Amino acid sequence: MSADRRPLSPHLQIYKPQLTSVLSISHRATGVGLAAGLLLLTWWLLAAAAGPDSFAVVQDFLGSWLGYLILFGFSYALMFHLCNGVRHLFWDAGWGFELDTVYKSGWAVVIASVALTVLAWAIAIVSA
Amino acid sequence: MAGKTMQSMRNPLARVRGLGSAKEGVHHWWAQRLTAIALVPLTIWFVISIAGLAGVDHAGAVAWIGSAPVAVLLVLLIAAVYWHAQLGVQVVIEDYVHNEAVKLTALIALKFAAIALGVASIFAVLRLAFGG
Repeated sequence: MSADRRPLSPHLQIYKPQLTSVLSISHRATGVGLAAGLLLLTWWLLAAAAGPDSFAVVQDFLGSWLGYLILFGFSYALMFHLCNGVRHLFWDAGWGFELDTVYKSGWAVVIASVALTVLAWAIAIVSA
Repeated sequence: MAGKTMQSMRNPLARVRGLGSAKEGVHHWWAQRLTAIALVPLTIWFVISIAGLAGVDHAGAVAWIGSAPVAVLLVLLIAAVYWHAQLGVQVVIEDYVHNEAVKLTALIALKFAAIALGVASIFAVLRLAFGG
């Protein structure tokens, strides 16, 4: 079969969004967002090592409304990517490919990621 | 191939040229899974710890980062997460950037940035751990 006669999938816009496809692209999107968010971790560590003045600048930023927005988005993205990543690891092991299992694990990821994010912020609020 | 039914979707020219995959077998795939597995416990530990540090002052943060078990776990976390992140972003660049020069430049920038930021982060942790 020559390369130019191979069948092509229709373009992405043809398909109705489903849980499976939405979680799939969300895994990639959160991964990219988390990679960018690593800058914040590095900034925080470097500032802590640099001294109290630098550290205060980071803490002030994180305590602003923009800082909270980023931290909240980062925390949810992290919990989602973690839960869905574990789902991927089970797939890698050959488990969970039945259609109903794929949907069950998908909803489990949605629920668990929300629950873990709420839990993390509950710990933060109690500690602050 | 002669006389046998086609066993590969790859055409003969692509086989001869050694195209497909990234010409490095499963190394990328395996490294991404290995770091993913390591990051499951490291992430849970980090999130619980950092949430417990909400509103911490400089002295508190320095004491936490510099304490022996925390510093070791942070170094492991930083190494695993930067390795994992650059592997993932690499695939995104390869999928969406089609201009060869732009793609190559982006990949080089990504690898350099990940190494530089990872090393800087580890250096900061070690500096606090060794009381610099």
